[in-house]
Amino acid sequence: MSDILDLAAGNLISPIILSFALGGAAALARSDLSVPEAAAKALSIYLLFAIGFKGGASVAGHGLDGTLILSLGTGIVLSVLLPFVAFALLRAMTRLSVVDAGAVAGHYGSISIVTFVAASSVLASRGIGAEGYMVAVAAIMEAPAILAALWLVVRKGGGGGIDAGLWREILLNGSIVLLVGAFAIGWITGPEGLAEIDSFIVAPFKGVLCLFLLDMGLVAGRNLRASGKVITPGLLAFGVLMPLVGSLFGLAAGLALNLSTGGVVLLMTLAASASYIAVPAAMRVALPEANPSVYLTLSLGVTFPFNLTLGIPAYVALASLTTGG
Amino acid sequence: MQTHEAKRVEITIEAPMERRLVRALKEAGVAGYTILPVLGGYGRSGEWSREGQVSRAGGMVCVICILSEDRLQPLLEAAFAVLERHLGVVCVTDCEVLRPGRF
Repeated sequence: MSDILDLAAGNLISPIILSFALGGAAALARSDLSVPEAAAKALSIYLLFAIGFKGGASVAGHGLDGTLILSLGTGIVLSVLLPFVAFALLRAMTRLSVVDAGAVAGHYGSISIVTFVAASSVLASRGIGAEGYMVAVAAIMEAPAILAALWLVVRKGGGGGIDAGLWREILLNGSIVLLVGAFAIGWITGPEGLAEIDSFIVAPFKGVLCLFLLDMGLVAGRNLRASGKVITPGLLAFGVLMPLVGSLFGLAAGLALNLSTGGVVLLMTLAASASYIAVPAAMRVALPEANPSVYLTLSLGVTFPFNLTLGIPAYVALASLTTGG
Repeated sequence: MQTHEAKRVEITIEAPMERRLVRALKEAGVAGYTILPVLGGYGRSGEWSREGQVSRAGGMVCVICILSEDRLQPLLEAAFAVLERHLGVVCVTDCEVLRPGRF
């Protein structure tokens, strides 16, 4: 327990977390500090490209092992399964309608790539290695949860559906294309390719992540300020409980796959995180009756900060304990 | 200079619905449209702003098209089919144009 607290304390005073806290505090204090939309977009493109490229280069450097396909399959299963768990918890813990519960459940089956990036950064700073292909697992976990959540809502008579256009938008979502594309480039060009551009995608990475998290803090703070009243005690409890439940599913899957300590941490983080990029856009199209204040505030204002501050250190400690890493 | 009466339709809609809306407008026979970014706003569903949004989900866009009155009803019907379940505002105003053959 003291290890977890030490890790959490060390994590809390890292530049990444403090940047997020600064953004959140500035928004809650109604400061006029803001990151323009185009700048936020550019920062996210940089982070997705860098994390994808480094993952691909790592796979090229260390070679593929048989667990890649199994890990991808496990990612799909987790992404389909977790919305059912989230939906059951929401119906038991809150008074959300079927449509709102389905929309929230979809967010918790999908993943937050920024939480994944933050966890990767924590692992790197602690010298804990992870399988490079976890980036591909992250990409593959984005979409299945959306389908599972929509199926849940349709089955419960809540309406909603998915047309050909939405299929394309989900599967060719910009963040998935960039992540998978950068992973492929990193894989094709290998460590030599990485050496050519490492001064751009390795050294400045943490600094860019700090700026991006400053913006995420601003967005989360604004969201809490504007929509915080929709978060009932039951929803707040769900926003903290669900990542812990999801992380246990990730832990079990990671141990079954015999992943490294870092790989288990990343799978736990993916299973624990909630989307706020791909899924909200899909839900606006497929389930417009669902209240965006509920799912965005839960995902961005509750679960994201929880994972960033306390969740990731807990996942590192638990994975180290169970893998002996 | 001689001007001619026309209708200006302004549709503020959730950004994820933009592509669907403009496809419906084209199918309804509009001669053209303009899409404008919207900075932020407040309405029945609360306050929103485009600042810092990495996802388009929380943003809105404004689609403007100008057309002759006889084309208005088919366009509104096509737009409504897309907008019916979504957040947004449709506003029709009178305007004057110089070259009516273009609309």
